[in-house]
Amino acid sequence: MPDSEQQRNGIDPARRRFLTNTLRTAVGVGLVAVTLGVYQRQARALPATAIRPPGAADEETFQGACIRCGLCVRDCPYHTLKLAELGDEVALGTPYFTARDVPCEMCDDIPCVKACPTGALDHALTDIDEARMGLAVVIDQEACIAFQGLRCEVCFNVCPIRGKAISLDYQHNTRSGKHALFIPVVHSNACTGCGKCEKACILEEAAIKVFPVALAKGLLGRHYRLGWEQKAEAGEALVTPDTPHEYNLPEGMRYDHAGEGLIIGERPPMPSPPPQRGAPEAPQSPFPSNPLDTLNGKGNNKGKGGL
Amino acid sequence: MQPGGRPGEEAIQVKGWFGAHKYLILRRASQLSILALFLLGPWFGIWIVKGNIASSLTLDVLPLSDPLVLLQVLATGHVPETAALIGGLIVLAFYFLVGGRVYCSWVCPVNIVTDLAEWVRRKLRVKGSANFSDKTRYWLLGAILIVAAVSGSVAWELVNPVSMVYRGLVFGMGLAWGVVAAVFLLDVFVGRRAWCGRLCPVGAFYGLVGEGAVLRVSAVRREQCDDCMDCFAICPEHQVIKPALKGADKGIGPVIMSGHCTNCGRCIDVCGRDVFEFSTRFSNNSRQAVGGVNHKSEVSS
Repeated sequence: MPDSEQQRNGIDPARRRFLTNTLRTAVGVGLVAVTLGVYQRQARALPATAIRPPGAADEETFQGACIRCGLCVRDCPYHTLKLAELGDEVALGTPYFTARDVPCEMCDDIPCVKACPTGALDHALTDIDEARMGLAVVIDQEACIAFQGLRCEVCFNVCPIRGKAISLDYQHNTRSGKHALFIPVVHSNACTGCGKCEKACILEEAAIKVFPVALAKGLLGRHYRLGWEQKAEAGEALVTPDTPHEYNLPEGMRYDHAGEGLIIGERPPMPSPPPQRGAPEAPQSPFPSNPLDTLNGKGNNKGKGGL
Repeated sequence: MQPGGRPGEEAIQVKGWFGAHKYLILRRASQLSILALFLLGPWFGIWIVKGNIASSLTLDVLPLSDPLVLLQVLATGHVPETAALIGGLIVLAFYFLVGGRVYCSWVCPVNIVTDLAEWVRRKLRVKGSANFSDKTRYWLLGAILIVAAVSGSVAWELVNPVSMVYRGLVFGMGLAWGVVAAVFLLDVFVGRRAWCGRLCPVGAFYGLVGEGAVLRVSAVRREQCDDCMDCFAICPEHQVIKPALKGADKGIGPVIMSGHCTNCGRCIDVCGRDVFEFSTRFSNNSRQAVGGVNHKSEVSS
């Protein structure tokens, strides 16, 4: 826009009207776009109980790829899937299921994935056991009756990958003193998140629940390595074995690692092993005949410090 | 049109009620039967068509996808599977021939709502209209594609009344009736034809698709026009009529060449003098006399 008053007055009215209208439209549409942008970010907040169908990528990718056609819903033989309606907490029109209502039956041919026309459900998924719809978590150990020492194991028994996705951990029942607790333990390397355990949990409110993996899964620091695993992989210890520390001290000083610290002004021949030193004093042995006396500090070494 | 009268009165006298509502009836039949095809499955277990207007599968072989939704998906950076791409191309080719906005007037369920709103507006004699530029829809179309590209999410489909209503009818409405009501009230009280004619980016997209379409309405017998203005009053995009109807002196042909024309055929219905008929873009000779290609066979989709 011209900035001087004369030029402003000189501007063609039609042109002025055009510019004003264009600006007005642009600002209005810009506001709509910003609102839409903010709204779509909020729409990514998937509620914890809403589980995506098999093959769905993370929420961000999924909402860019899903066209909300509902073909996966139509091809689900168990009516597990539904499309989010306006007012649901799930992004409008996208497919999901609630495990406690109807869990995924894990069909071998995965018809929902095959039906997806856009690949929002990844067609590379051909083995349903590889699906990661969510992850089961024994979320309430206070309510789960297995932790009370009662026999249940329903979640363990309904699990389609029984023994691998959920196993039982036998623990001592300290209350009775003579029974075992049959504790269900979920393994994320096998759990598909089908939700059959949550559906089957006998409690009024399930103690085992399936959550989106991003919610359920912790992550060790990426730099972190477990020594024993590294050792097993490499076949040998990857760190240098401990060697006895050698102190390079002036004569007449020594360092006692076992508690006394730096010792100054002792008899100079200390570097040589004590048994040799002590040999003339106690020719038989520096230790009492019962080793427990040494350990309990009752031996004749008392007060002299350890070796 | 007589002052205070409604558009098409003369046509009703000349052609009878059915003759003056022929294309309206055909359009409603088209809109409702397409919807019925989608509902046969969930309601009666007859699975001819699965899915909804965003993407569907007919008789388990024919994929059809909404090209605008696919364009948004592409903007997010996701490349769809071939099923969706083929479906999108089929739909695109169809509307490229018959006119993009045939989608609006012969398929879209929101059209029924906004046509009703226009009728109510006329009955209530609502005057005044918010002055949305008719370019707003292109801005919105650009905006929804930019939002998709920047956010990586098909954001427009979270609020798109067109797909929301269709999906709602087939899969469950939820609160989507509120959005229908909002569009209705917008068109009745805020601006005449505000949604379909000014704002809707879906219509804008299909308008662009139909810029070069073959099937067109033509004012073949424009010399018979008696300036009753019925066609202007009934037309949802009335700016498209004038060049064709009144352009004889300027050497403009009688065929309505604007992509905004929805090929709804209501101008043909309400004209008591039989000025308009369906024709093709190839018969746009400015010296066009009576005749031209007469498409008796009906458009449906």
